Amino acid sequence: MSDRNPNNLARRRALLQGLRFGGAAGVLALGGIGLKALAAPEEVRIKMTVKRFEFSQKELRVKKGVPVVVEIVSEDVPHGFAIPAFKARAEVVMPGKPTEVRFTPDQVGEFQYLCDIFCGSKHEELEGLLIVTA
Amino acid sequence: MTNSTIDRRQFLKLAGLGGAVFASGLPGFAHAQGAQDFYFVQLSDTHWGFEGEPNPDAKVTLEKAVASVNALSPAPDFIMFTGDLTHTTDDPAERRRRMGEFKEIIGALKVKDVRFIPGEHDASLDRGAAFKEFFGKTIYSFDYKGVHFVALDNVSDPAASLGQEQLDWLKADLAKQKPEARIVVFTHRPLFDLAPQWDWATRDGAKAVEIMMPYKNLTVFYGHIHQEHHQMTGHIAHHAAKSLIFPLPAPGSQPRRTPLAWNPQAPYSGLGFREIEIKAAYGAPEINELPVVKSA
Repeated sequence: MSDRNPNNLARRRALLQGLRFGGAAGVLALGGIGLKALAAPEEVRIKMTVKRFEFSQKELRVKKGVPVVVEIVSEDVPHGFAIPAFKARAEVVMPGKPTEVRFTPDQVGEFQYLCDIFCGSKHEELEGLLIVTA
Repeated sequence: MTNSTIDRRQFLKLAGLGGAVFASGLPGFAHAQGAQDFYFVQLSDTHWGFEGEPNPDAKVTLEKAVASVNALSPAPDFIMFTGDLTHTTDDPAERRRRMGEFKEIIGALKVKDVRFIPGEHDASLDRGAAFKEFFGKTIYSFDYKGVHFVALDNVSDPAASLGQEQLDWLKADLAKQKPEARIVVFTHRPLFDLAPQWDWATRDGAKAVEIMMPYKNLTVFYGHIHQEHHQMTGHIAHHAAKSLIFPLPAPGSQPRRTPLAWNPQAPYSGLGFREIEIKAAYGAPEINELPVVKSA
């Protein structure tokens, strides 16, 4: 069978095209899997409120490496919200205006979050515990 | 810039000194014009109005401290209160009542040159309004016997910032000093991140320290943390004073910054005030810690 046979050439071109298409598709498919595998874990959103002198959640549980966004709103006066261990801080948490604080815990353990805007007689008790697990 | 916490022994070793003294600046200070030996007293965190188990003698502790200061011989040249004169209250009228009572008690001090800066308990809920009514400015400087003193306010902003306006003022105020001038700075909160998880920091304190860095003989005295503590940021020493109401735990040593329990066997232990001596021949202030009462 000669390669010069037009049927053979057509078949060969089709095969090559198929390979090219299949290869590209394969790369895309593999790439897709790879991107999915490499993509950051989905952000976890935690909604909470703060008032004098308590956070609605006195304890937060999150996973190491999983990005967190704390959406916090004050129910009375301006407050602060800070997690110093992860350098996460809201400039100010205003009444009725949700504020987002983002961080990704990179170590397991127990860490404090606190109000760091002096808010009254029991300001120093306005704190909570962040528990980061593996 | 590096931060380092040091104990008394290390501090003395670094300063090349012995005895119950501290040196904060560099030795070899050139004799400043008008410099004379003198000393002043720092009292801090009296929290007048506090009631609770950590100090069952809260109603008489300040009076006893006043008596101890009055017994000093020779008397200090002046007295500086570094904030939290009163314990906070949400009631503006009660705040003013406490400030009035505080002022009346310390009116018994024999030394009449008494200066103040606010703590967050005094000033953070009304941005210093009541404090200013009773004690005057919260930001100021003055010169005394060859030393330039600067009082900063890192509490009237409830977010614990000095603010750009005050930082600009500080820069302009210090710009009038030579790099080798002897300078003492008073604040309530630490200007560095001592224990941010306990809110023992100043949001923009690093900017203030940066402004201070060109000055070779500058020392910071502060309060807020209710214990003696000494830390360097570069060549600048920061000395925290004891409280006159209750001691707090060592920075970050436990999850919560709860007051240390009152010890009936040793009343007033962990409380006190300090003398700070400025010698004309040296650039470094010397510190002598004193108890509320001599038996403590």
